[in-house]
Amino acid sequence: MRIRSFLLLLLALPVIYGVLIAVAELPPYGMPDNPVHNQVSERYISDALDDTGVLNMVTAIVLDYRAYDTMFETIVLFTATLAVVITLKTRKGEGER
Amino acid sequence: MKDFILKRMAAIILPFICVYGFYVILHGHVSPGGSFAGGIIVGLSLIAYSTIYGIAKGRAKLPEKVLVWTESYGTLWYGLMGMVGIVKGVPFLANKLAGVNLGNPGTLSSGGLISLIGFGVGIRVASTMVTLFFTMMEE
Repeated sequence: MRIRSFLLLLLALPVIYGVLIAVAELPPYGMPDNPVHNQVSERYISDALDDTGVLNMVTAIVLDYRAYDTMFETIVLFTATLAVVITLKTRKGEGER
Repeated sequence: MKDFILKRMAAIILPFICVYGFYVILHGHVSPGGSFAGGIIVGLSLIAYSTIYGIAKGRAKLPEKVLVWTESYGTLWYGLMGMVGIVKGVPFLANKLAGVNLGNPGTLSSGGLISLIGFGVGIRVASTMVTLFFTMMEE
């Protein structure tokens, strides 16, 4: 058993090394020239008011640019409620309707 | 619960909390907040009411029929607003492309379909919170 865990440690070491190398290659947090600040966020910041006529940019993204996402989010809420009601509802409350 | 002070305080504060929740929902496109946060506030005011005054009184305020109705038609309302785009001949859930008047930015009527969709989502979130609470408390 001890030999087996030692072998597993030997297997894990290259993986740990690779992950650490990848972390060291990450760009510093919050720098303006990071790859995440690409043309998508620039487009949102500059055109959100013209495209949607909404001052709150979060609402513009959630309810206009990403409207599909929000729609299926509400369907997720519906499914969650449905699952809880089906699981927990007893027959006692059936006559109240 | 039989606490007199708690009941009086709740009777004073809870209506304002509920109205504030609707304010946050309806002003989601001109001020911070939005439909999800406002729906949570409305739902929590009703949850606090039925925690303080008892489940039976909360049930009397919000019958199961109303909850089932909002629960079912909230998402349908969203899809219906999306169909405006298809009727006008542009993609689903289009807003500016569909030729909706976007109004003056900063006013309550701005944003076209966004405020209508946001109202539906807010009602949806509130009814989800209240339904989950009632279902779990009545067990």
